[in-house]
Amino acid sequence: MIRSLLSGDMPRSLPLALILGCILICLALAPFLFPGVRTVDTAARICIFIVLVASYDLLLGYGGIVSFAHTMFFGIGAYGVALTSAHMGRGFDAIAIGALVGAGFAAALALLIGLFSLRVRAIFFAMITLAVASAVAVLVSQLSGLTGGEDGLTFKTPRELGPAFKFGKETFDGVLFGVKLNGKLLAYYFVFIGALVLFLTLLRVVNSPFGRVLQAIRENDFRAESIGYRVVYYRVAATCLSASVAALAGSLYAVWLRYVGPDTVLSMELMIDILLMVVIGGMGTLYGAMIGATLFVLAQNYLQNLMGAASELVADLPLLPELLSADRWLLWLGVLFILSVYFFPAGVVGRLRGKR
Amino acid sequence: MAQSFALWAMVSGKPNWPLPVQCLPYPPLFSDGPAVTQVTGCGQSHFEISMTDPILKTTDLTVRFGGHVAVDAVSCAFHAGELTAIVGPNGAGKTTYFNLISGQIPASAGRVNLRGRDITRASVSARTKAGIGRAFQLTNLFPGLSVLENLRLVVQAKLGRGFNLWSMVSRHQDLTDQAEDILARVRLLDQRDQVVSELSHGNQRKLEVALLIAQDPDVYMFDEPTAGMSVDEAPVVLDLIAELKEQKDRSILLVEHKMDVIRSLADRIIVLHNGALAADGAPAEVMASDVVQEAYMGRGLEGILADV
Repeated sequence: MIRSLLSGDMPRSLPLALILGCILICLALAPFLFPGVRTVDTAARICIFIVLVASYDLLLGYGGIVSFAHTMFFGIGAYGVALTSAHMGRGFDAIAIGALVGAGFAAALALLIGLFSLRVRAIFFAMITLAVASAVAVLVSQLSGLTGGEDGLTFKTPRELGPAFKFGKETFDGVLFGVKLNGKLLAYYFVFIGALVLFLTLLRVVNSPFGRVLQAIRENDFRAESIGYRVVYYRVAATCLSASVAALAGSLYAVWLRYVGPDTVLSMELMIDILLMVVIGGMGTLYGAMIGATLFVLAQNYLQNLMGAASELVADLPLLPELLSADRWLLWLGVLFILSVYFFPAGVVGRLRGKR
Repeated sequence: MAQSFALWAMVSGKPNWPLPVQCLPYPPLFSDGPAVTQVTGCGQSHFEISMTDPILKTTDLTVRFGGHVAVDAVSCAFHAGELTAIVGPNGAGKTTYFNLISGQIPASAGRVNLRGRDITRASVSARTKAGIGRAFQLTNLFPGLSVLENLRLVVQAKLGRGFNLWSMVSRHQDLTDQAEDILARVRLLDQRDQVVSELSHGNQRKLEVALLIAQDPDVYMFDEPTAGMSVDEAPVVLDLIAELKEQKDRSILLVEHKMDVIRSLADRIIVLHNGALAADGAPAEVMASDVVQEAYMGRGLEGILADV
């Protein structure tokens, strides 16, 4: 059962299995284990970023294709849901249509970019994605009538996913294990289950014959062509698939935030974050996406607090409080990345699975 | 000069085959020779003699890189059950000729026909599907994947299952079984789960041959299959090639420098020189031929081949 859910891709390392199990349980029970607006928000972001990073890993880690347009696809999905929700009114139908249209549009755009550039060499794809992504980001901020420009769009999700919606009053008195049963809880599980399904789907794809061909292309595209695989078709298919999953992750993000804006879903900074998460976790293993995204989002959200606390602890010593000041958190984040790439060149998962 | 030489090759190279073949004169000797107008492609004439269609035929196959003609109007036909050794000094165009046949380099002129079908413009993967199988001079595998995975990929390509996105690989037991059969044949079953980059050079060469066997093509193309192999390892690969020869419906092309290998395996030798076909015939005749010896500046074919 577990084997077929994981598509036969077992963790193959006890520490890795424990870490992954721990992440899964923490995310599944996050609202109950870590009640609080900020903690649940962090957990939801982790879920969404796991999918986003995993879909990027399908391209980079499995297909060996470098793309800088992944946030663009993410943004297309998010804007899809935002636009349909804003124009059709709140409702699950608006979310479903927005997500499907977003995913379809992302796949079509990926197909177009892929057919134009992947025929030649994968490096052109990287350059073209960079250009298209910048163009789309500019377009979104300029078309303020449609997209709300730099301010973005705020919209309403179905009532059932909002904090005002209460349920379970009769049976549990509206509270379960000290957690209020409201729409925000439902929204979290909407995101969690959506992310879980998408992640397991990706796991299925990378462990299918198709996934093996992608690995072969990454290893040696020349020989892959020579044993009879039309490399460009596989690369384009992987790009489309990865783009539509990224768009669906974007839709989940939009549903969670009830807001989209260029800075939250389209920025180049986000693209670099994704790259870092893939590298830290370990390229070419989707479990790496899980670990990379979790570590990164946690660091982003809590490193500042942790350092503030640490700097207070050493307040009496010279220099250290300055170094550990909460304002320097980005510096330490950078140091952490350099160290992790230095010590885990194959990522955390690669390390745990015993590949150097 | 090369042109007239090629003309000679086409005219006189093939018609005598498989009868004893007279080897071609080197151009300077015969550049004022009789003007031949009725050019008969060697494949054509062979066809008349053998009464069977060639599996693979190249007609005036040419490639130019800038002003340099790397392969110069080579016309040749390759038949089922025949192992043809392609020899010639370094830079003679042997590997380039291979690249033209398997599609890595597009031809400037001429045609490649596989079982009568024109594949001159086909992509590499399309040629593979059509029945061309190519092993490479420099080991060219999927280094980060296991030995079994390397082979399974070839079997999977052959069965056209690459675009299967939803089923788990483990459900395709038949792919694994076929891959394991071939591993057993090439005596690599013990290394089944080893990552290819950690394999010894000899075993990598064996795997290179194994990939080709898994592909089961109509035309096997080996480019120095034993290059860099130890004396102990080379016979395993050569035995495999000899086994393939027993399959009478396949044609084998072999680029090779080692004379003993050619002697023991080849049914026919073609000599390339400066990109053009210089001789074509049974091994004994080609090797003994004065003309070829002269062509190689008096040192003889063996002398040349011993150098490289």
